[in-house]
Amino acid sequence: MSFEIDVDHVREHFRLTARFSSAPGLTALFGRSGSGKSTLVDVIGGLIRPTHGRVAVDGQVLVDTDRGLFVPKHRRRIGYVFQDSRLFPHLSVRNNLLYGRWFARNGTGGSGDLASVVELLGIGALLDRQPDSLSGGERQRVAIGRALLAHPRLLLMDEPLASLDEARRAEILPYIERLRDQAGVPIIYVSHSVAEVARLATTVVILSEGRVTAVGPVLDILPLADASDAGSVLDATVARHDEAFQLTVLASAAGELQVPRLAAPVGSPVRAYIRARDVMISLRSPEEISALNVLAGRIAAVVPNPNGAQADVRLDCNGAFLMARLTAKSVDRLALVPGRPVFAVIKSVSFERS
Amino acid sequence: MTEEEWTAVKLSLLVATTATAASLPLGITVAWLLARGRFWGKSLVDTLVHLPLIMPPVVTGYLLLLTFGRRTPIGAFLADELGIVFSFRWTGAALACAVMGFPLLVRAVRLSIEAVDARLESAAGTLGANPLWVFATVTLPLSLPGVIAGAILCFAKAMGEFGATITFVSNIPGETQTLPSLIYTLTQVPGGDAGALRLTLISIAISMLALLGSELLARRIGARRVAT
Repeated sequence: MSFEIDVDHVREHFRLTARFSSAPGLTALFGRSGSGKSTLVDVIGGLIRPTHGRVAVDGQVLVDTDRGLFVPKHRRRIGYVFQDSRLFPHLSVRNNLLYGRWFARNGTGGSGDLASVVELLGIGALLDRQPDSLSGGERQRVAIGRALLAHPRLLLMDEPLASLDEARRAEILPYIERLRDQAGVPIIYVSHSVAEVARLATTVVILSEGRVTAVGPVLDILPLADASDAGSVLDATVARHDEAFQLTVLASAAGELQVPRLAAPVGSPVRAYIRARDVMISLRSPEEISALNVLAGRIAAVVPNPNGAQADVRLDCNGAFLMARLTAKSVDRLALVPGRPVFAVIKSVSFERS
Repeated sequence: MTEEEWTAVKLSLLVATTATAASLPLGITVAWLLARGRFWGKSLVDTLVHLPLIMPPVVTGYLLLLTFGRRTPIGAFLADELGIVFSFRWTGAALACAVMGFPLLVRAVRLSIEAVDARLESAAGTLGANPLWVFATVTLPLSLPGVIAGAILCFAKAMGEFGATITFVSNIPGETQTLPSLIYTLTQVPGGDAGALRLTLISIAISMLALLGSELLARRIGARRVAT
């Protein structure tokens, strides 16, 4: 399974130029609103005809403007989960789920039948309900199931959690993780939330003002993302649990981290997300402070923010990258330059199981 | 009620039902094209559809006579090749009524198709449905109340059509003498007042029944849609 995208699309005052190719798992298209993420998935899904470009999925060319080729959306076998679930109001949940089956002539998608999809998404109790009686989270799960049951060879998800509150998001995220790991369908996932991308993505494509600014594995790329909740991702494993203080100790390349007790068993992999603004920098090893997590590292780069008041400092902690957002004044006062050894004090860590 | 009156009522019901049933497939197609289609000459089609609404009915009837009369090329072709004769037959009355009711039907259906969320249609497309299937499984079911309203409007218009019908197919008892034609005839003869009044009341009753029926039908569709 592979896909290749090379698109140049002009729309009034906006130009989208994107070129990237496949990776297994979940590819996140990340960027601020208006960066062209949704336009790009619409091009892939066949909802928009690009002014120029080529899209190929699984070796089949879907769009090639040079050859005048455009495969309409109903012949692409690309699933699409919309931000506003778009369930059919006149059909029951069951018939919404089965809608795509009427048209999937060659059921070779490998994403399973109704029973397994219903089980995967936990929607068994909803089958005989009507869409307008569902909560936002339930509706999105049904929409995901509906897309899966059309046996897509690629699944597009355009900010599927954007219209939901924090609790509903937390309810759906595990299902999307299971989907990524079990359904065997590659996913392109649009998001402007660093936390979501950190948790879900295998590969990240960063879009900014209609251009791809970075592509690569999530651990390398996410620290480059320019966002208010920017941060870095550390892959770690559970080393042991400290029952007396209700803590869990994690082992990562950057060193040990102590975090509130996790439910995960010893040895299981976890993905830690550390916001840049939760990281302080000290030139000497800090003593007698409340923070439990202090990692030694070396400054890799200092990137001033466009507004000039802040700077993002990238640290190399024994090969793992950590990002700290500091004021420009602090950078100046501590004379932070690449190569300088420092200590990172981490105020809080958010954890996503992987 | 006299035999003559009863015949006119039955004929009117037949003409109006035929006109509505025959208009529906074409009317829905045209409404869909006008609501969702993007093609050259769309405003021309729109104008043509609406023409019977703004032209004097007598003019429409005369144009029908010029087009479908027995001696015109089209009329002759239909009669000789297909065995369909319109002039001075009840089928001609149905044609006249269909033409007059068509704009009302198309308007109602078009409005309700335009009210269907186009995003649902594109979602159906990503699930593998071609445009025809999208129409049959999403657009049409969701615009059904408008289709019913349009059909009732068309039926009511057909029940009351007078000018185009009498111009095109005349006023032949038992063949083209519909309810309005007979009311007109009765008002022209001495002692016809009672009959005219009876038919007027029948005419009102049929219109109200049709409206009531469509309300009930629309409500049942609505109820089925929200039932859990």
